Amino acid sequence: MKLSLEQVEHIAELAKLELTSEEKERYREQLSAILDHADTLQALDVEGIEPMAHAVMLVNVTRPDVSEESYLREDILANAPDVQEGQFRVRAILE
Amino acid sequence: MDAAPTIYEASEMLRQGALTSSELTESLLAQADRADSRVKAYLRLTPDLALAQAEQADARFADWRSKGGDAPPRLMGIPLAVKDVLCTRGVPTTCGSRILENFVPPYDAAAVENLAAQGAVMLGKTNLDEFAMGSSTENSAYFATHNPWDLGRVPGGSSGGSAAAVAAGMALGALGTDTGGSVRQPASLCGVVGLKPTYGRVSRWGLIAFASSLDQIGPLAKDVRDCAILLQALAGHDSRDSTSVQVPVPDYSAGLTGDIRGLRIGVPVEYFIEGIQPGVERAVRDALSTLEDLGAQVEEISLPHTKYALPVYYLIAPAEASANLARYDGVKYGFSAPDAQNVWDMIRKTRGQGFGAEVKRRIMLGTYALSAGYYGAYYLRAQKVRALIKRDFDRVFETVDVLACPTSPTVAFRLGERIEDPLQMYLSDIFTLACSLAGICGISVPCGFSDGLPVGLQIMGNVFDEPAILRVAHAYEQATDCHLQRPNLNQEV
Repeated sequence: MKLSLEQVEHIAELAKLELTSEEKERYREQLSAILDHADTLQALDVEGIEPMAHAVMLVNVTRPDVSEESYLREDILANAPDVQEGQFRVRAILE
Repeated sequence: MDAAPTIYEASEMLRQGALTSSELTESLLAQADRADSRVKAYLRLTPDLALAQAEQADARFADWRSKGGDAPPRLMGIPLAVKDVLCTRGVPTTCGSRILENFVPPYDAAAVENLAAQGAVMLGKTNLDEFAMGSSTENSAYFATHNPWDLGRVPGGSSGGSAAAVAAGMALGALGTDTGGSVRQPASLCGVVGLKPTYGRVSRWGLIAFASSLDQIGPLAKDVRDCAILLQALAGHDSRDSTSVQVPVPDYSAGLTGDIRGLRIGVPVEYFIEGIQPGVERAVRDALSTLEDLGAQVEEISLPHTKYALPVYYLIAPAEASANLARYDGVKYGFSAPDAQNVWDMIRKTRGQGFGAEVKRRIMLGTYALSAGYYGAYYLRAQKVRALIKRDFDRVFETVDVLACPTSPTVAFRLGERIEDPLQMYLSDIFTLACSLAGICGISVPCGFSDGLPVGLQIMGNVFDEPAILRVAHAYEQATDCHLQRPNLNQEV
């Protein structure tokens, strides 16, 4: 099955990736080939099999609700592309 | 000093006072100076930090020699390299990606802390496929790493920089990460030892996430004893990683006796398939004979769902990656596209420009597998088949102690040979993926050469049975001299 250009554009939008038209065409080909390969799984009978999300038994890990030392705000903001008044600054969300 | 010693040898010399950590560190930095312009294993060397850590270690040794008491830890003063996907406080950590080009972590990863706690010296950060996605280290946004055995070939990946640094004598050991084979496959292709611990054995705190149900940090070194020493420092519970387990840590060096008489070794028939290079099969079959000569019981077993590991992995890992990599939005850290109209435009452009081709391909694939209408057919089905793969292992570990097979179907391939064909590239991991999906442990140990290039023998063990795989790998190593071979770095390219 070959993905359509619209499907590729829809996935890119879900993933918030701006792609060039060459990239869209290339991924259309390559993703289609990879998904064809993945179709070998469709032949297996998985009736009644519990999906395995993790390799170990996961349990909720909690700690007492007591405040602890954390990182300094300046240290965290030091990596931010844009900062104003001790906060992350972004472009307009509503126009 | 001639060729770089092993960690164990160096540690003995440091304890005896026959060598200082400063001398050792300087000699490794000098080797990197000579060789790394050709190998390109390091993204960044940290000589000032390394020499300061070495001086501290030398002071600790001097103190111990004057006052007595317990010997300093095995890694005290030992120069190591760290894959650039592990956070290092104050030292840029790029994941081999443009999107994190200027990221400087405010903390150390737990694995890095654990090495530092023993007094290890960090020489620098090693190259990798971007976000650890790849099998050749060609997906690094910065440059490709070259295999020290043949500079025209890849070192494997994604921990290719770590494997090449150890093989070229530019570090005594290194940290890598393994999601589907990224420690074992480059270890195999570079002729060094690489171990993927059981999922949950080593804290992932501060490891920049790729596929959280699979990622595991593992050591690379010149021999099995060194791997055991490194694993000893890394293993253990960490409350900051909720998937880290509370299982006691055994003494990993204690079982390295060379005695494997009566040990049951299963050979999965599905790992000797069409497409495996004859030279690789020959070296691995010879290794199995050696294990038999050492008194192990070698028998064929079957892991019937092996062929599904590749499609299962390439649905689950990208699905998890698409969620993990959603955090790169140009707001909190890293690259941010400058020429955007509004915040959504900025995020699309940041991600479109900041990620490389393979990372975008996997984000797209994972997003598709998780999207409405395809979740059941792809992601959920892949998780069910993952359970079948795990059952295969559970069943065979009722009758055998460990499994032995090739690490990779081929020796190191040429730079550029597979980069345009993602499926061909993915096939280099077919023998390492199932072990990762099942969450069990595996080690690759050098077992000979094919056309002058190293071949790796993979030993897989049940969950938390690192002592068994280390014991078998060590016994094999003692019976052969493959791990003593070193590449000639003065080759013509």
